[in-house]
Amino acid sequence: MSNTLYYVLSALLSMGVLLGIRWMSQVKTAVRGNRLSALCMLAAVIIILLKEKVLEDVFIWVGLTVGLMVGLALAKAVQMITIPQMVGLRNGLGGAACAIVAWLTIKNAVEPNTFGLLTAEIALCVGALTFSGSLVVAGKLHRLLPQKPVRLAQHQWWTALSFALMLVSVLLSWLLPAARLLFSLITLLSGLAIGLLFALPVGGADLPIIVSLLNSASGVAAAIAGMAMGNVLLVSVGGIVGASGLLLTQIMCRAMNRKLSAIFLNKGGKPQGEAQPAVAAPETSREMQPLEQTSAATVKDPAAWLEEAREIVIIPGYGMAISQAQALVKTLKDALESKGKHVRFAIHPVAGRMPGHMNVLLAEVDIPYDKLFEMDEINPDMDKTDLAIVIGANDVINPAANSAQGTPIYGMPVLNVENAKRVIICNFDDKPGYSGVPNPLYQDTQQVLLMFGDAKESLQTLLKALK
Amino acid sequence: MSKEAILVLVFIAATLLGYRLIKHVPSLLHTPLMSGMNALSGITILGLITATAGSLAFGSRLLGLLGIICAMINLVSGFLVTDRMLKMFKGSKDEEQAQ
Repeated sequence: MSNTLYYVLSALLSMGVLLGIRWMSQVKTAVRGNRLSALCMLAAVIIILLKEKVLEDVFIWVGLTVGLMVGLALAKAVQMITIPQMVGLRNGLGGAACAIVAWLTIKNAVEPNTFGLLTAEIALCVGALTFSGSLVVAGKLHRLLPQKPVRLAQHQWWTALSFALMLVSVLLSWLLPAARLLFSLITLLSGLAIGLLFALPVGGADLPIIVSLLNSASGVAAAIAGMAMGNVLLVSVGGIVGASGLLLTQIMCRAMNRKLSAIFLNKGGKPQGEAQPAVAAPETSREMQPLEQTSAATVKDPAAWLEEAREIVIIPGYGMAISQAQALVKTLKDALESKGKHVRFAIHPVAGRMPGHMNVLLAEVDIPYDKLFEMDEINPDMDKTDLAIVIGANDVINPAANSAQGTPIYGMPVLNVENAKRVIICNFDDKPGYSGVPNPLYQDTQQVLLMFGDAKESLQTLLKALK
Repeated sequence: MSKEAILVLVFIAATLLGYRLIKHVPSLLHTPLMSGMNALSGITILGLITATAGSLAFGSRLLGLLGIICAMINLVSGFLVTDRMLKMFKGSKDEEQAQ
């Protein structure tokens, strides 16, 4: 196969992938878009097998078969709630694959030119850091590792040292061809160290941002490996993946009111560790809470509130996902709709553990996607809402974000549930959310009904009240 | 134009074009999008096939095999899981029709 033909085919397949992404912009065509991308990748693999004339290579076939089997098993086993760690893990596999390609390219090259060698070294480093960083993130998401930020003594110095080591070893692998593999090994190791040092200090709520960022890194590593190998299709598809990850990272950062630098340096007033005494609710309110709640609950009748409401907005949060209460939420929605009420869902951009995760969890229990509304769409309608039902969400509905200057969530866009006529909050307990900032809605006895405990039980109570 | 310049230009063009198109994907579908992108990063398999075929040492070929497994897992599980997720999204009208 001539190089010109390969270039033409690569251009066609890249356009196929881009068309697939275009089709992803609408729910109706998204399935088709994904399948088109898959078809393009299948074609790309077949074309490269023909181009390299390796149809008899046993090693390649064993690799393809084993990968296919594991991939099938993994796809079958994964649950929707664990998609974030699955994506994290697969970012890691992508990084490992890139590091291996880069290593083999460096090793096999007889007389590498500067461009080829430098791009291979960069791909080696980015692949390695994607691998180690993603494994830490996936481990944290799966709770195999503690979710709280971990910082070594002199953390910044270790990071700076790894960077310096990486730069020096890349430079020396170019200047001293005789010791190229030795210095490439040091590049690889420093890349692994950089990934670890970046991922360890990231706390639970910031993990979605890092997953997006590593997604981008796995694409960039692939593109740079493509430059090293001179494979134009690898470069274009890698670039597309890199752009996508970057865009999602930006969206997440904006929605969470976080700066990337602050996440890595663990700054920005985020409480360190699990204990959050510095920003916990004031003594008095904590003592008053249970009294108020019990006395208020007898007066405020959820049955009457549900009965009287016409316009209802449900706000699901991560607490609902942890309690696996999606099916009951769907039952509640159906019960309310059968009584002629207008029910909609308000989805905060960071609800769940990765961008858009909550939508998938709700779609899984057959809640129609046209009932799901983004924050900016539904916030203007909050003052026309009779009843807002919050299930396992705290920071994303905290009005303190609009007023409490100096707190970690100040300036973060939130769902304005305080504008609804009445609010029912079903949360696990009265503690502040991950940010550690107390929620003033908890003090509101007129407008707000608090139901503490497991989301499933609270929903059962509401369903009983409705009957 | 040199080969290197073409590769860098392709990278820039693909990144810009991809960014523009991905911007239109609604936040409703961001999780399937990311899962799909995950699958696409398995494109490294092209480089791995070339590198494995070009390796002579047993150790290198074994390493290449390992890489092919990693990339293939990404491709297969990525596209299948994305397909599964996207099929779950149904509108109100679809639901009425189903019933």
